[in-house]
Amino acid sequence: MAEMMRTDSVMTSKDKREHVQIRIGYHRMDHKVDPGLYLIGVPSAASPVFVTSNYKLSFDALRTSLNGFDAYVLVLDTKGINVWCAAGKGTFGTDELVGRIESSGLKDVVSHREVILPQLGAPGVAAHEVKRRTGFQVIYGPVRALDIKEFMDAGKKASKEMRRVRFPLKDRLVLAPVEMKNFVLYALLFSIIGFLIAGAFGLAVVFGIYFAGLLLFPLLLPYLPSKDFTMKGMFLGGLISIPLVAATLCLWKDMDPIEVASFDASIVLMCVSVVGYLGLNWTGCTPYPSRTGVRREIYRYIPIIAAMAVAATVLALVAGLFDMGAWF
Amino acid sequence: MAGECSCQGAPSDAVNTLQYDMNRCVNCGRCSQVCPHGVFAPGDFKAQLVNYEACMECGACMVNCPVNAIKVESGVGCANAMIKSALLGRKEVICGDDCCK
Ligand code: SF4
Ligand code: SF4
Repeated sequence: MAEMMRTDSVMTSKDKREHVQIRIGYHRMDHKVDPGLYLIGVPSAASPVFVTSNYKLSFDALRTSLNGFDAYVLVLDTKGINVWCAAGKGTFGTDELVGRIESSGLKDVVSHREVILPQLGAPGVAAHEVKRRTGFQVIYGPVRALDIKEFMDAGKKASKEMRRVRFPLKDRLVLAPVEMKNFVLYALLFSIIGFLIAGAFGLAVVFGIYFAGLLLFPLLLPYLPSKDFTMKGMFLGGLISIPLVAATLCLWKDMDPIEVASFDASIVLMCVSVVGYLGLNWTGCTPYPSRTGVRREIYRYIPIIAAMAVAATVLALVAGLFDMGAWF
Repeated sequence: MAGECSCQGAPSDAVNTLQYDMNRCVNCGRCSQVCPHGVFAPGDFKAQLVNYEACMECGACMVNCPVNAIKVESGVGCANAMIKSALLGRKEVICGDDCCK
């Protein structure tokens, strides 16, 4: 029989520090747990077996939810990727589960023939295949590890609520820092360009777009109109361009009205198109859009976005030429 | 593929590729169990397609249906990867190793 490892439900300060690092995208590939069979509490041959991925956040979510349980935790080797994404890739999959059941000697450890999987692992695991190949019956537990106690108390029955994916504020917020980090180089580049064209005001436009697209968008996601993420983003972009345009009207009173008008048009188009694009980008991070839906959005909106961005650039240049005219 | 099976409830301007062949269903209940968006619900004799529009094409129902009654082109809608592949004319990938963690 293969060796078993021990774990518990305690989150140490080191664990907590690591979670923060993962959230801000620091060394994100290094947060793995050794795959294999773990004991939690004092399990007997009749104790339940819970399966998870070897991504640290998934493993910790499970073991902290098993506080007070005597159980086994079977950790699959998903290369440090969470259950949902690994299931999509197939690494949290039938073959890996079958192999891990065999290599851990689970048959000799427990007297029953049941393994409890997170429901979000289902896209990678064919339950009937696992049964046929190992004799183990796959039971899909709740989507969230937090509901495990209630699920077990109800005789391994999940309520409708437990089976649904939700995307609450906390989950949406947690994604913002990583996305903001992903786009920080573009933000710097455009800050320089923005500054060269319109000074401090250009900076304000770039920052407005950056925070709207990467922080306000996930915050306001459920409240923005339309089902299409791009449309939601374009709406938000339109909203944030209002104070910017208002500011130009107040600050640049003595400038040539045509120059101000082309600048303002440029700002509106820029905000709408770029925030729209960032909105479209969020589809990959959220548990709603289908691939077909996203493909449709891409074909529908990318040409419009590109046209608006080009128009915005031309208008900004036109406004810039006015400036030059004033200089010479 | 389209029109090959009895696609219960599928509107003509389909926003996803889910196809359910009710005739095959043996009412094991797996699809209702695994779907994260309540697309299927248990029925008296057959699983019922109750929320077609909400399907995000994760493929869980298809993979877990023991009689192949469900077909869907699965894959998470990761725009970043899809835009790239559309621009470069490459095959669509689900996502890279450094994507979605
Ligand atoms: S998984 Fe297949 S056989 Fe089972 S209820 Fe759903 S459609 Fe019917
Ligand atoms: S593909 Fe996923 S979301 Fe769509 S019906 Fe099947 S389980 Fe539900």
